[in-house]
Amino acid sequence: MNGAHDLGGQMGFGPIELEENEPNFHAKWEERAFAVTLAMGATGSWTLDRSRFARESLPPPVYLSSSYYEIWTLGLQKLLVENGLAGRDEIDAGHATSPAKEIKQVMKAENVAGILARGGPVDRPENQPARFKPGDRIRTKRMNPEHHTRLPRYARDTVGTIEAVHGVHVFPDTNAQGLGEQPTWLYGVVFEGPDIWGPDSDPKLTVRLDLWEPYLDPV
Amino acid sequence: MSHDHDHEHSELSDIELRVRALETLLTEKGYIDPPALDELIETYETKIGPKNGAMVVAKAWADPDYHARLMNDATAAIAELGFTGRQGEHMVAVENTAETHNMVVCTLCSCYPWTVLGLPPVWYKSAPYRSRAVRDPRGVLAEFGVSLPEQTNIKVWDSTAEVRYLVVPQRPAGTDGWSEQKLAELVTRDSMIGTGLALDPSKLEEAA
Repeated sequence: MNGAHDLGGQMGFGPIELEENEPNFHAKWEERAFAVTLAMGATGSWTLDRSRFARESLPPPVYLSSSYYEIWTLGLQKLLVENGLAGRDEIDAGHATSPAKEIKQVMKAENVAGILARGGPVDRPENQPARFKPGDRIRTKRMNPEHHTRLPRYARDTVGTIEAVHGVHVFPDTNAQGLGEQPTWLYGVVFEGPDIWGPDSDPKLTVRLDLWEPYLDPV
Repeated sequence: MSHDHDHEHSELSDIELRVRALETLLTEKGYIDPPALDELIETYETKIGPKNGAMVVAKAWADPDYHARLMNDATAAIAELGFTGRQGEHMVAVENTAETHNMVVCTLCSCYPWTVLGLPPVWYKSAPYRSRAVRDPRGVLAEFGVSLPEQTNIKVWDSTAEVRYLVVPQRPAGTDGWSEQKLAELVTRDSMIGTGLALDPSKLEEAA
């Protein structure tokens, strides 16, 4: 979706604020928001793609004026309601007033290291031949889906070159919508700066994105 | 934002209350177990951070065979050092050279190689960096105090999928024969994102 999250190329946000010896967390609540979000992710109630969509579909004024872990918290609240794990009234009250929904698993302290070390690989067996190979020229689709996608606006309808073939990966566009993983080929695609930004671009700039086959047309 | 919460909590901000309420609710529901939350926080505070990535880079500088394995299959090479899993499932190492400088961003969210760099700093997740890195990387680098020759190619890697990128900075001159341990002290977090360079060895001696 064309949400506030799709920031590449936008202007006016000002200088980058750097902090010497920055801590991981700037407040206790950030630690808890981080850990609650990870622990709920580990219940297997939704996919990573769905959780990204929950954050990026926040109203743009909210997204842009909220800190990172505020966005995570608001996203988590949406996911809980959407998945029937908690009611909005329970979230506001901070107490359970209805029975819990059955979930796949609960993350226990003794399993944390193992769960993190395994992660969640998204490569899948090859299910069809790859359409492109390194060196092929492609044009990204002009598209404006209202659902989750990982083709940023700045790189749409743009000619680039296949640089790497990563293999078959879970397709986030369908996975975020609950339409299944629908794994498909993922490519590393390189774009010349001027092809994206026009003649004002840094002539020495190239931008490399990882893009799934359905985003690409042959040139 | 609601300000009608209990009076006894009035010293807490709205977001503190929201997060506390969520944790209480989800614990009551039995979806989460608080000791696991403590363990998660402890892990990223003490075990997973940019020291991991610095070990990888230093080994690649010092050991040509490891360097070859890292460039060929970074996920496997990084796993040799014990760093695997969440937000590092599919790793690629990209190497800075005299000709090309690499810089990593996630314009759409905050994708970052947790296994080797830990959790991303606030600036990496912020709108100023995410918006400008792909369009004006030289301007971004200037804010980090990095100035590259005009003829240097800049390649910006936008992490749009689950592939995570580790920049291997150029090894500084004057470090021949250094141990991996000593080399690792030159490898900063920013140098592995591409918003910085490896430290100059003289800086290290000043610090020591």
